[in-house]
Amino acid sequence: MRIIRHLRTLLDAPLTEAAPPAADAALAELAGQVDAAARQRLGRSLSIREVDAGSCNGCELEIHALNNAFYDIERFGIRFVASPRHADVLLVTGPVTRNMREALERTYVATPSPKWVVAVGDCAVDGGLFAGSYAVEGGVAAVIPVDLHIRGCPPTPTQLLAGLLALLGSSR
Amino acid sequence: MGRTFAALIGRATRGTDLRPWPRLHADVEGWLRAAGGLRDGAYGLAGYWGEPGRVNLALIDIPTETAEAPTGGLCLVSLDCPAGRFPSVGAVFPPAIRLERTICDLHGMRADGNPDPRPWLDHGCWRAREGMPGAAPAGRATDYPFLPVEGESLHRIPVGPVHAGIIEPGHFRFTCSGETVVRLEERLGYVHKGIEGLMAGASLERAAHLAGRVSGDSTVAYALAFAQAVEAATQTVVPERAVWLRALMAELERIANHLGDIGAICNDAAFSIMLAHCGVLRERVLRAAALCFGHRLMMDKVIPGGVAADLTTDGRAVIEGLLAEVRARLPELAGLYDKTTSLQDRTVGTGHLRPDLARRFGCGGVIGRASGRAVDARRLPGYPPYDQLPFDIPVAEAGDVDARVRVRFAEVVKSLSLITHALARMPAGPVLATISPSDGDQPAEGLALVEGFRGDILLWVRLRPDRTVDRCHARDPSWFQWPLLEAVIEGNIVADFPLCNKSFNCSYSGHDL
Ligand code: SF4
Repeated sequence: MRIIRHLRTLLDAPLTEAAPPAADAALAELAGQVDAAARQRLGRSLSIREVDAGSCNGCELEIHALNNAFYDIERFGIRFVASPRHADVLLVTGPVTRNMREALERTYVATPSPKWVVAVGDCAVDGGLFAGSYAVEGGVAAVIPVDLHIRGCPPTPTQLLAGLLALLGSSR
Repeated sequence: MGRTFAALIGRATRGTDLRPWPRLHADVEGWLRAAGGLRDGAYGLAGYWGEPGRVNLALIDIPTETAEAPTGGLCLVSLDCPAGRFPSVGAVFPPAIRLERTICDLHGMRADGNPDPRPWLDHGCWRAREGMPGAAPAGRATDYPFLPVEGESLHRIPVGPVHAGIIEPGHFRFTCSGETVVRLEERLGYVHKGIEGLMAGASLERAAHLAGRVSGDSTVAYALAFAQAVEAATQTVVPERAVWLRALMAELERIANHLGDIGAICNDAAFSIMLAHCGVLRERVLRAAALCFGHRLMMDKVIPGGVAADLTTDGRAVIEGLLAEVRARLPELAGLYDKTTSLQDRTVGTGHLRPDLARRFGCGGVIGRASGRAVDARRLPGYPPYDQLPFDIPVAEAGDVDARVRVRFAEVVKSLSLITHALARMPAGPVLATISPSDGDQPAEGLALVEGFRGDILLWVRLRPDRTVDRCHARDPSWFQWPLLEAVIEGNIVADFPLCNKSFNCSYSGHDL
């Protein structure tokens, strides 16, 4: 019974909000990169493996938020998976520390093709605030090929969703 | 105040090169005496870091085996070691060992007598060492010698650095007998970004941004610690309204994180409905923060001299609405936790942290308080505006996952009432003061201790006369919590590790720097 009471939100209006439009900047960056055959194979779903490559953990908080009732990312067929072997997309955060470089490379190799890499947050773009340190590589693209960048420090869940929907759209 | 601590600060100087706490320039003998006090439990360890040619030991007058009526006061003991060697504190006081290994990694100095000379943050991948360009890096990460474990039918489970969830990277080496963990050894340092190196020479603005990204989930607390240390060093007076706004932001951050943790812990016991409900409340807090201050995590909103965003009349209404909603929902969630026996079957008795270990390691935050330690930097040593606010520190004795969940619930309730008080007592007026310029050619140092949602954050800064940063060191509460995770998992089954780990929720980024 107690659980039923806590499920009463079933009777309330859903908290889940309308999807943001796919980000224009992301669509432009993706244009021509994702080949048609790969798009066909992906269908309408994306499995994402998140890799923290030296983030301050701020980006992770907002990626987590994608799973809450407001954004409910799974309704778009996008879900987070535990192993790179199950993933279509690597969502990489952080400036890529030297100490994480090898782990990131190995995770990339462990992900089956076709695969996409999305660099999340200003750090992942070019090292952000940490660029120039002896301990960082200075962005994801310095280590593995990147298909899409989502900027922000950290990007909001809405920005993340808009970027991922652009990827899903362009890969349909 | 403990007698040994009183004797220590009796020899220290006050208000000259460091503010607001006393500083002792020790010789080797004084250094060893300070280490001996730690060993004897006369005071606690608040921080331990290096800089080129010097090591610094921050001691705190907190509840220990022998301290009477602790004040929470700090004392910084510094030892010059131009030859790059200093006597090990870890040799007599094990909680200092990892910090000492870090000093050696980052500055190439040697701690004579350290029982564990393995590198810690240095995985052998840096091309130079901060403060020691050109120094040879340590061996490869793959060569790292884990501690040997011997015994019949033991097996090892290596986990990480890339974990299965959306979490930070680190390596855990489990040694198990059947399903039972007999030893866990952690290997951290994967997210070392070289923050201290980046701080050196940075403008105040850039340094404040860096401080706010030592551990993103505690961005307000870190920015506050940095601001307080700078304000102490420069003797800048912060406007009254800003002091209250800072507390408001800090408590919002605490509520958001505790809600996230409660949901995540329950989710790891497969009770996902709690995660769903807590996730909604957490999102409401972040949205309120974005509406009021322009950033969901309130990054870069606490700055040296005050705050970067004032609260408008509309903003006040947003916060009041948020408080009403969380107040209305929280008792239901606490009740749901309380009455779900299948959930408590997983949390009660799991991951027990012994009070004496918590005390010895100076473990603060929820983890320390759930093991009977009544410590909270908002009270001990205390800082404005908390000295003007009524609140007690929720403490539990059980020391298990369950106690850590319950302390979190209790702290959310306290934070809600602190925010109500802050809204009521916040005066009108300016929210930002300019940092006082230097009146001479001497550097100025400041030291601050701030309570983040995870525990006490220590931050030390030395400013040059032109008010740029010469050196800055931040010590995350996780330093004194990570080692204890190794202790609490012993004797538990592997499947309960996620529960233990989530109930600790240590920061990798804050630890690795
Ligand atoms: S982009 Fe910002 S929030 Fe994300 S990891 Fe970097 S500093 Fe942290």
